[in-house]
Order: sequence, then C-alpha cells, then structure tokens
Amino acid sequence: MRATEAPLLGKPRRRVAVVGAGMSLFVRRALETGKELSYYAASQALETAGVKRREIEAVVMVTAPDAFDGVHMKGEWLLDGAGGAGKPYMRTYVGGGSGVFGLISGWTLVASGLFDLVLVIGEEKMSSCQPHPQGAFLTIFDHTIERPLGPNLLWIFALEQHRYMATYGIRNEDIALVSVKNKRNALDHPAAQVAANLTVNDVLASEVVAWPVHRLMVSPVSDGAAALVLASETVARRLTDKPVWIQGVGWSLDTSYWGNRDLAYPRYVEAAARMAYAMAGVTEPRKQIHIAEPYDPFAYKELHHLEGLLLADKGQAPEDLAQGRFERTGPLPVCPSGGLMGVGNPIAAAGVMKVCELFWQLRGEAGRRQVPGKPERGVAQAWGDLMQIGTVAVLGIH
Amino acid sequence: MSDHVAIVGIGSTPLRTLSPDQSYREMVFAAAARAYADAGVTHRDIDSFISVAEDLHEGTSITDEYTPDQLGAVLRPVQTVAGDGLQGVATAFMLIRSGIADLVAVEAHCKSSNILRHEAVLEMAFDPLYERPLQVYPHYVAGLEMRRFLHETGTTEEAVAQVVVKNRRNALGNQAAAFGAMLAADDVLASDPLCEPLRALEISAYADGAVVLVLGSAEAARRAPRPVWLRGVGWISGSPWLGTRPWGAASYAAAAAEKAYAMAGVTDPANEIRFAEIDDTYAYKELQHMEAARLAPRGGAGRMTLAGETGRGGALPVNPSGGSLGMGYCFDATALYRTAEAVRQIRGEAGRQQVRGATLGLVLSWRGVPTQTGGALVLAAA
Repeated sequence: MRATEAPLLGKPRRRVAVVGAGMSLFVRRALETGKELSYYAASQALETAGVKRREIEAVVMVTAPDAFDGVHMKGEWLLDGAGGAGKPYMRTYVGGGSGVFGLISGWTLVASGLFDLVLVIGEEKMSSCQPHPQGAFLTIFDHTIERPLGPNLLWIFALEQHRYMATYGIRNEDIALVSVKNKRNALDHPAAQVAANLTVNDVLASEVVAWPVHRLMVSPVSDGAAALVLASETVARRLTDKPVWIQGVGWSLDTSYWGNRDLAYPRYVEAAARMAYAMAGVTEPRKQIHIAEPYDPFAYKELHHLEGLLLADKGQAPEDLAQGRFERTGPLPVCPSGGLMGVGNPIAAAGVMKVCELFWQLRGEAGRRQVPGKPERGVAQAWGDLMQIGTVAVLGIH
Repeated sequence: MSDHVAIVGIGSTPLRTLSPDQSYREMVFAAAARAYADAGVTHRDIDSFISVAEDLHEGTSITDEYTPDQLGAVLRPVQTVAGDGLQGVATAFMLIRSGIADLVAVEAHCKSSNILRHEAVLEMAFDPLYERPLQVYPHYVAGLEMRRFLHETGTTEEAVAQVVVKNRRNALGNQAAAFGAMLAADDVLASDPLCEPLRALEISAYADGAVVLVLGSAEAARRAPRPVWLRGVGWISGSPWLGTRPWGAASYAAAAAEKAYAMAGVTDPANEIRFAEIDDTYAYKELQHMEAARLAPRGGAGRMTLAGETGRGGALPVNPSGGSLGMGYCFDATALYRTAEAVRQIRGEAGRQQVRGATLGLVLSWRGVPTQTGGALVLAAA
C-alpha cells in the first residue's frame, strides 16, 4: 500500500504564486448574502494584487454543503458574486478540506498552462441554516449504516478526541490550551469573530457539549468569505516584488468507513503532507517549515494535525504546546492568525483564510500578528469529510 | 515532456430507468473496473481521482465522502467537482498538463430513480429571494427558451420533433441506451404540450448509471491499447440569473466551444468536425447547441436535421449514440457518457452506431436549467 510512503506524483512544470489575498469579517450572522460576501473578499484580493476583475481568466469557488443555504448547485448560484460570470468557473469540493483545496484547484488551473491569472474564493454562510447547521450535518452520514443512529458531528469528533487522549494519555487541560492560545492570537486579527483572553480553567468550565469536548473547544458557527489571486511566474513577477510561491500541494482522501479506522492518528493528513513536502523539496519539515496554519475546528484537531503534518511526534504535540513551542513568538508559530478557534469557521472560507494568513506573514504584512524572524516557508492544512480528507499546501518566498 | 493528453480508458454501466439491484457504489465499482481494464491498468496505477457530483442529487451532504472505496482510491488524491462532467474532464486534463499526474480517473453517476421528483430539486437551484417566489417550474424555463429560439431562428416545431425521432432511433443500436424507439414526428408533436411549445417527448427522461473515464499523459497513452486524443477543452458559465441572459442563443456553449476549438486548432468546425455528441436535454437544445458550436449556420440546424444531414449516415452525424433523448438523462454524468460514446466512435468500436470517418469529434455539454454552464471537448484519432 502506498498509504504513507512518498507519493509517486511527478514534478510540476510551472511555478504558481499567490499575489493577492482578502477576506470579509467572520461573523455569526452576516446581513450580506453569500454572493455579496464573495464579492467583498474577491474585491479586496484583487485590490491587493493590483488586478482588475476583467483581467481574471478563470475563477475557482469553494463552499461547503448546499444544505446550509438550501440551494441546489450552490456554486452556480454564487457565480456572479464571485466574478465568474462569462468565465471558466469551477466549484471543487472536498468537504471541510475545501478551503485549502481551493488553493490547490487554482494551482492546478495555472500550473496546467491554461491560465495565467486565477481568482480563488471560499464562501460560507452557515447562519442560513436554521435553527442550527448541525441539522444539515445530520445528512452527511451513510444513509443505511449510520444515519438511523441520528449521529451528530460533535459526537464523532468527541469520539476521535477521546481516542486521541486515551491512546497517548493526554489530559483535557492540554487540549484546552489550544483554545486559549488561538483565541488570544485572534485578538490581533481585525476580522475575528471569537477572539478572547481566556484561561484553561475558563475553557474547562464551559459547558460540555459531548464529553470530552467543551463548548470553548469548538469553533463557532460563522459567515464569511476569503479570496486569493494566483498567477503564473511571469505574471506574478510583473505584478509584485513579493510573490508568495506555492511550493507544494497535496491531498488525500481516506476510506468512507471511518468506523474501521484508528482515529488516534490522521494518516490521510500525513499522506497529503508527504505529497506536498515532496513537491516542495521539504525533507525535514520541523526545520524547513517556519510557520504552520493547521486546521483547528476543534481544539484537539490542531494537535492531531500537527502530528499528521510531521511537525510533532505522535502524541507529543500537547507537550510541545505546553512548553510554548507553538506560541506566536515560539520556535514554530502555529495558527498565529487565531485559527478557526479564534477567527471563526465559515468552513470553506476558513481554509482560504489560513492561506491568506501565510501570504500576509510571509510578506511581513501581518501587522500585530506578525511572527518574528522573517519566516520563509509555511504550511496550511485543512481537513474534513468523515474525518477523512487532508489538504495541504506549502508556501514560501523562494 | 509533451503537453498531449489522451482518454485511455472508458467504462460504464448500461443506463436504465430503474436499478433496484445495485447501489450507486456498486455501479461505480463496475464502471471503474471496466475503465481500468479498458486502459490496461489497475487502480494502483491511477495517480489522482475526480468524482463529479452534487449533494442534493445524492441526498447526502458532503457527498465526496463516499467516493474513494469503490474507485480504489483510498488514501489517494481524490477530489470532487461539483459541476458538469466536462469540468471533471477538464480538471483531469489540467492535472496531467501540470506534470504531477500521468493517469487520472474521472467518475460520475446518477441514481435518479432514488429521487422522488427531480423537478423539486431543480426548483431549489433558483435564487431563493428573487426567483423562487415566482414558483418557476424548471421545464417552463426550457419552454420559454425554446419559444425564443424558434422565434429568433425561424426553426419549426417539426424540426425539433425530428431531433427526437433521430436520437431515439439511433439509441436502438446502443446497448447502453434506455430509450431506443421507432417514433414518427407526429408521435412527438402529439405528445402532451408540457410547457408550450415544449412537448413531453422532447424532454429527456431520467436514467440510472455510472461512468468512469481514465485520462493519461502522452507517455501513459503510449502504453495504452486504444488512446483517443483530447485536443481541446473549454468550459464557461454565463449568467446565473434568468432575467439577464440571452435566451435565443446558447452563448455559454458558443464560448466553451470556441475555447476548445482554439486549443485544438479547429477554425472551420462545420467542415472539420466529423461527428458530434451534443447536449439534447431538451430536443431544441441540440439545434441551439449546434448553432452555438458553429456546426450549423444560425437558423440552419433545423433544416439540416429535416434533411437528414445529422443522421448517422449524414454529412454531420449528431448524437449517433442516441443522445440524452435516446440514452437517458443522468445529471452531470451525462457528459461523461457522451464522451465515452465519442471515444468509441473514434476507436471504430461503436458497432451499429458507427459513423464513417469518425476522426474528429465534438462533445458539448450543458448543466441544465437554470444554469448557463457548458463545456466542450474536441477528441481526435491522432
């Protein structure tokens, strides 16, 4: 099995850069429609890149389940807000991993040589789903085997967190620290929804939603959009002195039968990371990656994913966190943006937001969130489906 | 390394109105196994996988969760394209052109028989604020568009009926088709006027099935037994609004076809393209799409059809497979079925449907009401 061996995929023929990024506020109930949020984020990204909407050759849209909005073919519906009307427009989809996958899709369009300037938009409006988007999530489960049990996302992630804790002897206090760190980092993010100065005790004193998951270990229900402008090497060099190169991309989807898997370790994230690292020429990720934006919709997921990304030993990420390794000023800043736990989780937009953060950090434009030491290379990762997909992108200034 | 990309394997299940004996996963497994065998590879040789699907068709949110196992793609780079089948093919094409993949599989399926009323799903594709309160019946949009097309081009209702006659007769020779029939134009014109001038028999009926294509780089194609070259790819989305689109002409199809022609170096499609598999979700669409793709002059597609020029033995055979009217309409899998049919034509393996000199073919797709999204492929023998 090729599972976690180095992937056999070839070398890309063209280099692709991110030249612009933008995002809307992440909020609980946006008054704007999904089209308007997309338009706003796209406009900001285009402005940063110094590119006019009409110069964009193709548009990629990523957005999570149609059930949130109750709109069939949601991508088609959002297309004019995204600036895709009259253009090659494509919606790709890997569930919660869609955000970082949007970058990978845009990369594919440019790396193929078919396009030189591409807009990527992640949009999500979870508040349209009443009374709560968890209702829509009931429809993600297998219609025959699982749905009759009435499962809920919180339950299955509670199962996974519990398995992670039991396998390695991790305490809930260690996991609560992720919420504390990310919500504090988010205080410096102008678009953040749930930034806060909290203690571990505050997190553990919050209501248990599905043991061992406490309310403050779960990212919020959010509305928002984020966008990126991607360019081929020639166009990127014409547009900016500071292109941020997409050095490697990777994605991997595990079996649908998640009940048969060991939930203690996200092997699909490792497979995706190995693919991206191989493409980027990263052989020692802990030395060569200077900043990480792993997907953190639940507090434990940040730690789980850091291990899958090979940035921490299995079961050791909580200890590294406790020792300050992942602080914004630490040796490996993790989620300096504030992550989903702090900035918010409009699903597909949240993954794009992570790439936006790397873009700003690597260009030294992250303001009060800027990590010290001029980082040269970062990794962004998203996750989704039935604890099943890893999407990974390595970005750098060289 | 060459930029050339080929379709090296095709596999599908026969389209049928009902499929109670098989789940969609079983159908996809069968189609994938056939496609891999056709390409002379196993699932282990495939570098990346693409599934084309929409949540509300599946009755499952985040439906891409359920794609890897039956494709042999567990722990591999798999993605879903929530779009037209040809957007899936375009994605595979681009992954190969990027240099990172040699072989990519594209899958789509349709279990329409699981859906109580597909029109109710389509109604959810209209804008919730501006269009849905009008309670638009999806086929009514097609009826309006057909009226405008007939008006602008002078095409007759007889010509539209003849499309149905031709396609359903062509389907009699296609074992994968569900709706082969010998009809007369009068039968079609006598069928219920569902949304005038659109008649019941001018609407493609739903069918269940799964289809998988394997695309390969030039290198991979050299090892494949029967590669068919993908010379041009294009896809475009027009306006999502019903109120702000050109109704008479299929502008999206024209733009998509022009992109594919430009890539393939086709300048005079009416003379260069030898056969076409063109979207005919509604019978008038075949004519409208032919004109958009410059296979017929404006207002000329109906005349060509009445003169038999688009028949299997005519100067420009259109939908020798039977099209959606003859094979069955299967959502976003439709375009992949038709691509597989075009590949069979170019390989000379189309049996009773075989057209002469099928060296260069066009596949043109449309995502259906209410979209203005279409794709185009130019396929060649060499």
